[in-house]
Amino acid sequence: MQIPACRNRFFMKKIQRLEMDGISKSFHGIPANQDIQLSVASGEILGLLGENGAGKTTLMNILYGLYQPDAGQIKINGQPVQLTSPLDSILHGIGMVHQHFMLIQNHSVIENIALGYKDTPFFFPKIKLREKIQQFSRQFDFTIDLNKKIWQLSAGEQQRVEIIKALLNGADLLILDEPTSVLTPREIEELITILRRMKQDGHSVIFISHKLNEIMTICDRVTVLRKGRIVGNADTRDTDKKTLARMMVGRDVVFNINKEPLTRGKPILKANRIHVTGDMGLPAVKAISFDLYENEIFGIAGVAGNGQRELAEAITGIRRIDQGSVTINGKDITNLSPRHIYDHGVSHVPEERIRFGIAPGLFLYDNAILKQHHLKKFSSRYFLRYNQVKTHARNIITEFNVATHTIDNQIRNLSGGNIQKLILGREISEQPRLLVASHPTYGLDVGATEFLRHHLLKLRSQGSSVLLFSEDLEEIFELCDRIAVIFAGEFMGIFDSDDDRLCDIGLMMAGSKRF
Amino acid sequence: MIHITSTDRYRITRWRVVMTNVFSLAAGLVVISVIFVIAGVNPLFAISEIFQGSFGSVYGFKETITKAIPLILIGAGLTLAFRARFWNIGAEGQLLMGAIFATWTGLTFGNTLPAWGIIPLMFAAGFLGGALWGIIPAILKIKYAINEVISTLMLNYICAHILTMLIVGPWRGGTRFGFPGTDTLPEAAILSVIPGSRIHYVTLILALVCAAVLTLLIYRTRFGYEARVVGENPDAGKYAGIDFLKTTLILMAVSGGLAGMAGVGEVAGIHHYLGYPDSMSSGYGFTAIIVAWLAKLNPLYTIISGIFFAGILVGGDAIQISLGLPAATVNIVNGTLLIFLIMGDYFLNHKISITFKTR
Repeated sequence: MQIPACRNRFFMKKIQRLEMDGISKSFHGIPANQDIQLSVASGEILGLLGENGAGKTTLMNILYGLYQPDAGQIKINGQPVQLTSPLDSILHGIGMVHQHFMLIQNHSVIENIALGYKDTPFFFPKIKLREKIQQFSRQFDFTIDLNKKIWQLSAGEQQRVEIIKALLNGADLLILDEPTSVLTPREIEELITILRRMKQDGHSVIFISHKLNEIMTICDRVTVLRKGRIVGNADTRDTDKKTLARMMVGRDVVFNINKEPLTRGKPILKANRIHVTGDMGLPAVKAISFDLYENEIFGIAGVAGNGQRELAEAITGIRRIDQGSVTINGKDITNLSPRHIYDHGVSHVPEERIRFGIAPGLFLYDNAILKQHHLKKFSSRYFLRYNQVKTHARNIITEFNVATHTIDNQIRNLSGGNIQKLILGREISEQPRLLVASHPTYGLDVGATEFLRHHLLKLRSQGSSVLLFSEDLEEIFELCDRIAVIFAGEFMGIFDSDDDRLCDIGLMMAGSKRF
Repeated sequence: MIHITSTDRYRITRWRVVMTNVFSLAAGLVVISVIFVIAGVNPLFAISEIFQGSFGSVYGFKETITKAIPLILIGAGLTLAFRARFWNIGAEGQLLMGAIFATWTGLTFGNTLPAWGIIPLMFAAGFLGGALWGIIPAILKIKYAINEVISTLMLNYICAHILTMLIVGPWRGGTRFGFPGTDTLPEAAILSVIPGSRIHYVTLILALVCAAVLTLLIYRTRFGYEARVVGENPDAGKYAGIDFLKTTLILMAVSGGLAGMAGVGEVAGIHHYLGYPDSMSSGYGFTAIIVAWLAKLNPLYTIISGIFFAGILVGGDAIQISLGLPAATVNIVNGTLLIFLIMGDYFLNHKISITFKTR
């Protein structure tokens, strides 16, 4: 059965051309997007390429009506529009599939779709919808069981539900935020097929990614963002991965060594072929082995989501190691509790600091001893020594410039940057043998960043070792003695920091080169 | 179109906390007034009767203190559980289990031991009973992920039925002329009272000491610190290597144990024998939830909020008699006040702004 209105829409797309003109947006004075120019036309797939924190998601949230831009305007078919809410955007024909799906786990596929659909009838909503969805499935080659509950579906299937939801609501422009990050290779193939169909049908797609291979295969054009600004535009036909990698990263690799040369000491950490499973149940770390020595900073470079978080959590005891072993100073610490691993001298600055690093309703001084409260100097057998704890907290806030008027302050009242400084201070001040630091300078201002890097080098010269996860290549090259590049849970190679082969680090991060 | 947005409120002053609670209680009283009007009673008169009955006379005040004893004990224990975000709704059952254990101890050893031996033994037994009943939902939650609200609530009924089974069956006393209930406890096992009142002062002192000790426990000890971290952010607890199972077991043992000791006080101080569950506790385990909440989860403040709600219970009895209102009226008053206190909490932590705009 054909629905005439639907048939018509094939030829009359609401969005022939969408432009973003001079868009700027900042949060608490920190610019996330500056003067962005971007356009996409009907039947076109535009890639949006950039490192994490480059401002891709912010920009798309503006387009989807979640944020209001500070300056600039959005034009559809040349007409300026105001998008003040996601509903506005949907009515204008813009749909978005978020990186983390917005589905209700205990409801079936059709119930989830009915929930977001603007013409859902009040009574017996499913009957009418079922026909519509089946029609869409035929058109775009989907297969999906409408009666299954969301939690029974794979990530790829959940994504398809999100796409159907958007299309049913009349999305002519579909925004996909890192759509492949949770998919298996086969599911990626299927997604590409769907996108090609949509393209033929006159839809436009904005495809956010930091993976070069995908951008090259899927997209017609690509716009590259770096630090909130557009740094380049290209047709994928006329460019190559190397050029794009350079644009994304910002430079050919610069060596800037101002750290004192030290010979490395005894091995501290030995990781032997460890396997770790990620949150989605897929393998996140695959047979990674490396050694880490005294007086050494070992950097792990890579785009976020390639197993860095899982690796850090496995070493520090938060996540189970499925196979393989980790030793510290020759002692096996595989799958010990985080506290025991801490007692072996391993500190951890977690990637998701707000989620793991603090108890938001407790006072600043309570948070200053998280994970250390069992140490002799902070507690006797039963009681905490609050005098020492408070002195310790005061020392951290002066030494690490945490901006707060008092330590008798709930930590949730502090800004993100200050919370981060407190956590860093807490983890560094106890002279760890090994510091596992995930993106330690992410979100810090320039001064704090320099200060922190100086501290990492100090730890190094005092004989400790540092395992540094970072996406900031400048940081990696400035600090590290050795560098490993991680992609899809595997090392693409381990290099001394003056190895010539590191020129291709952009390619390695994108998974297209391996040594 | 009306837009209502809610944003987190930072920097909450003590003054704001006090005023929010005062306004919440006042708003609750307004709603209660409406209910009184529907019931055909002048609300101002009824509310003043409640407070007259509980705080306005020496007799009323003595009764208020008597009823405050279990509320303070249970409320203080609940603050600990609630701090760790363990929603223990089962204090009523833990109280009854404490009463069961204490009665058995009293009847078995009361004739052979002197008072200074049997009384501590009964409190210990009561603590143990309540603790065991509190540990069950903790294990269910951690090992099998069973929601503690459901399990603690259901365990209340199970315990009430166990108690009923005991008093109509094996424990029915020979001196009861066939009515359900155990024999009266031996003289040594009965708590003495302040003359001219029903205030069993041993339990009262115990309640005050427990409130103080728990305050120390929560704010000064390693264990209290770990419980607060786990309650605030379980992920941070995991990161800090806090043993979730151990922490939860201990705090539920303490929380249940205090409720159990309240049960000892009721049995050995007021009733002197074990009877039907409804007569052993007039819903103290549930009222104590409000007590803990009004105390802002600070055990020391449960002394004040416990006396306040004991007053409402006593005043409720008074208006039953003087105004002829049904017994459930007190429950309505309590429930309404709890709802408003919880709502007040939301407004304390969030700033609500309402804007009007045209599309």
